[in-house]
Amino acid sequence: MLLIACPHCGNRPETEFRCGGQAHIARPEQPGALNDEAWSQYLFVRKNPRGVHAERWCHAHGCGRWFNALRDTVSDRFLETYPMGAQPALSPESETRA
Amino acid sequence: MAQPFRLSRGGRIDRSRPLVFQFNGRPVQGYAGDTVASALIANGIHLVGRSFKYHRPRGILSHGPDEPSALLSVDRGPGRIDPNNRASVVEVRPGLRTASQNHWPSLEYDIGAVNDLLSPVFVAGFYYKTFMWPRKFWDKVYEPFIRAAAGLGKAPVEADPDRYANRHAHCDVLIVGAGPAGLAAALAAARTGKRVILADEGAEPGGALLHDTTSEIDGRPAAQWLAETLADLDGRENVILLPRTTAFGYYNHNHVALAERITDHLPGSATPGPRERLWQVRAGEVVLAGGSHERPLVFADNDRPGILLAESVRVFLNRYGVAPGRRIVFATNGASAYTAALDARNAGLDVTLVDLRLEADCGPELARLRAAGVTVLTGHTVIGSKGRKRVTGLIVAPLGSDGRCGGRRVLDCDCVGMSGGWTPAVHLFSQSRGKLAYDEGIDAFVPATSAQAERSAGAARGRYDLAACLTDGFAAGAAAAGSEEQRAFVATPTLTGFQPVRIMPTDADPAKVRAFVDFQNDVTAKDIKLAVREGFHSIEHVKRYTTTGMATDQGKTSNMNALGIVAGQLDKALPAVGTTTFRPPYTPVSFGTLVGPARHALFDPIRTTPIHAWAESQGATFENVGLWRRAWYFPRPGEDLHAAVARECKAVREGVGIFDASTLGKIEIVGPDAAEFMNRMYVNPWAKLAPGRCRYGLMLKEDGYILDDGVVARVSDECFHVTTTTGGAPRVLAHMEDYLQTEWPDLQVFLTSTTEQWAVIALQGPKAREVIAPLVDEIDLSPEAFPHMAMRTGRICGVPTRLFRVSFTGELGFEINVPADHALAVWEAIVAAGQPHGITPYGTETMHVLRAEKGYIIVGQETDGTVTPDDVGLAGMIAKAKPDFVGKRSLARPDVVASGRKQLVGLVTEDPKLVLDEGAQIVSDTNQPIPMRMLGHVTSSYWSPNCHRSIAMALVADGRALLGRSLYVTTPTGFTRVTVSEPVFFDIQGERVHA
Repeated sequence: MLLIACPHCGNRPETEFRCGGQAHIARPEQPGALNDEAWSQYLFVRKNPRGVHAERWCHAHGCGRWFNALRDTVSDRFLETYPMGAQPALSPESETRA
Repeated sequence: MAQPFRLSRGGRIDRSRPLVFQFNGRPVQGYAGDTVASALIANGIHLVGRSFKYHRPRGILSHGPDEPSALLSVDRGPGRIDPNNRASVVEVRPGLRTASQNHWPSLEYDIGAVNDLLSPVFVAGFYYKTFMWPRKFWDKVYEPFIRAAAGLGKAPVEADPDRYANRHAHCDVLIVGAGPAGLAAALAAARTGKRVILADEGAEPGGALLHDTTSEIDGRPAAQWLAETLADLDGRENVILLPRTTAFGYYNHNHVALAERITDHLPGSATPGPRERLWQVRAGEVVLAGGSHERPLVFADNDRPGILLAESVRVFLNRYGVAPGRRIVFATNGASAYTAALDARNAGLDVTLVDLRLEADCGPELARLRAAGVTVLTGHTVIGSKGRKRVTGLIVAPLGSDGRCGGRRVLDCDCVGMSGGWTPAVHLFSQSRGKLAYDEGIDAFVPATSAQAERSAGAARGRYDLAACLTDGFAAGAAAAGSEEQRAFVATPTLTGFQPVRIMPTDADPAKVRAFVDFQNDVTAKDIKLAVREGFHSIEHVKRYTTTGMATDQGKTSNMNALGIVAGQLDKALPAVGTTTFRPPYTPVSFGTLVGPARHALFDPIRTTPIHAWAESQGATFENVGLWRRAWYFPRPGEDLHAAVARECKAVREGVGIFDASTLGKIEIVGPDAAEFMNRMYVNPWAKLAPGRCRYGLMLKEDGYILDDGVVARVSDECFHVTTTTGGAPRVLAHMEDYLQTEWPDLQVFLTSTTEQWAVIALQGPKAREVIAPLVDEIDLSPEAFPHMAMRTGRICGVPTRLFRVSFTGELGFEINVPADHALAVWEAIVAAGQPHGITPYGTETMHVLRAEKGYIIVGQETDGTVTPDDVGLAGMIAKAKPDFVGKRSLARPDVVASGRKQLVGLVTEDPKLVLDEGAQIVSDTNQPIPMRMLGHVTSSYWSPNCHRSIAMALVADGRALLGRSLYVTTPTGFTRVTVSEPVFFDIQGERVHA
């Protein structure tokens, strides 16, 4: 079981959390202005990297708050967690393995 | 004479506490401190089971958790039958009943042994090759045969009466294994004051020290050092010492699972406390000191009862005071067996030793053993064994310098102690995802690169010398605790080193030799070679094809021999072949331990409403809706489901019914931006909804499909009382929170779940107003003042209420929200007030029928996550003027606007009595070729007492264009004809709700 550091509560077991998929995808300001292709990219297309991945997590059975995390999908190690709206200290791309 | 093979002295058993247990119905004597294996051996019993595939007679191979063959069924009383226990780890206790497995009619005469004669047929991959054709044989012949033959032991049929505990623990240092390395590690870690857990799977901590009667540590006998060390650790408050506790799984972030066996070894069945306890330990650092496993030698008929591992012979002699035989031949390729041979000689037994190594390759052990008067044959191979149900001799031959076998000779014996070298127990390290490296010096894979905060120590990483083990363990324990302390231990040198051999050289026809590699799965050297010849070159493929290293054993004794044979066949170096993945659990764990207290009422939480007890007292039948238990219907004496539901349905439409709707999800949305937030989350317009008014809200996911629905009341400008479906409540709140927190954190809104705070009493029917009128204060109930889809706050029975005038039945109705604590009192008051009006409680089934008569959808029944508002005829709910809401853009996606989508319609059967099956498929023409074109499926179908006929709703491709047309619906026996209609069957004009 993973230990995940909620930025608001500290280390908690993963059963308290829910993963919300790739982070840093802002909802378009005017969805109506997007063509079908652009909208489908926003709606359906996500990264699936081997290595560091920026993800959204929610401390569902704790404080109930969403936050972001950098997780290495190979080792399952959490490199960093940070509040929603913030940017990671580490750069996901530079940490990504070849 | 009882226990004829018990030595007159020695061992850690308690000769003052004799006891009797059963093996296959026969009484067997032993002593406290015995395992079942040692007590059986003390009584000369070696034949204890039949092998998995060939039903070969099998005995006890080992003294510990790596035992692959001696698997017994253990009976501790009614409901406490447990198959596949290793005789070498089950502690004896009075009255324990044990039995051998996998034979019929008896252990001695087993019909299944014919498989052994047919062994040329049962080669590797036998199942894959044999059960290919004819295909029709599979169901009736092959599968029943395989199912009957598969598996070892018999699963218990009764419920487990025992109690199991579960504990989470945190520590700075977890040490696995309390042998010399683990104990030294614990000493070092404990001195730092850090919190230490030391877990050992044995009945007694000590590991190899428990049977080392000759070594000294720091000038004291090993046993004395052990006792002093345990006393030291025991006296420290920062150390938890867990005997009988197996670390069986190593997971992420140093999460290690331990299984502690608490009461099985205690006499009597009414022992207090749980039987076993699951420890889930979060350790800062882990020290793995799990020791090593001895390898068998691979030669023909190396599986005969009486053939043990050499070190196990030593353990039985020294720890349990039993002689596995009186004439013992040790067969080895290394030094450690000489120690066992010497101990056997000193116990007064007749001992011979056969060493594959040449005289010149042997160390000082050779001279020492000869000096003790033991015959040692160096440069000899083992060709095979004599005897069937018990070994009677070992066939050996000298090896010439050309590698050829010389003249055979038979060494008569009743026991063989074999040693093929040692393999570090890297199972937990491997589970932790650490990387192994091959160490040629000891012919073994050892821990190399750690993946977690973990280190291995002692024999678990190939340090076999006692002093080295202690020194290594101490350093590991200190480092794990953040200290740099070192301590050099002085101990009697251990005889170590061996010359690796995969298969003993033989002059026999290799095609006829049955030399076992994996005893538990009955895999021979020949099977592995065959697999490689057939093209299985990856070790993981060989494992699956031959089953070597699989099942509960996970290759403890067999792994290195199997890898070596594969490497030899492929002519590759061992590291190039690699090793298979070791999977948890390290040794079998009972289901009870994993389940813990989560049984019966604690298995899954049950949610009940404040009115639940009343419904129970009225004889309601309940159904599960998610975790909720809801009243399904209220049968009167003699009524079945249909009769009760018919009565309840009529009562609501003709008089008044009362329904517990407390399970409805409720969310309070509060704040200056509440209306704006509602606008973005729901398809409907909210800005102009006046306080005190309600609206049916429809919520989409961003992909445009319906997520949930429910009535929403505007309590004030800045407060909405939202209801959701019963099952959707947590999902809807999470959906809202996600958008609020991550997309629109600027909105000033609070979301609060109030599902459990408000109980909801639905009062439905033409007489609903009359029933509550005398009970309600501060609210004008007249239709003019309180129209349909309005909400008023006031009091009922003196209790504050949010009174909704809404209806899920199509009748005049109220949903009375009251604080949950007062709900039962209000409910009972309404029931009492309704008696003169014939008030009738109704359940979820009637609720479903009544809403279907009106064509009201249920999200999750009419929708399935791929249904848009227009599909179910609710496009009119969508606010036209709103620029955006969640899901709006997707409603213009090409797939959503395309024609041919399935649309909600009604279906009217030709035969009014026929109730369609929900989920039944719909076609336009029954004569079309198969596979037919499916137009859709039935989503809801009931007998409608108010319409006096069956009614159904369905999703049908382009359904609204097919009104009045005939379609066909599948039935259990064929098709039935239906006519497509509007999905409304009762009060089509919808006038009754406004009464």
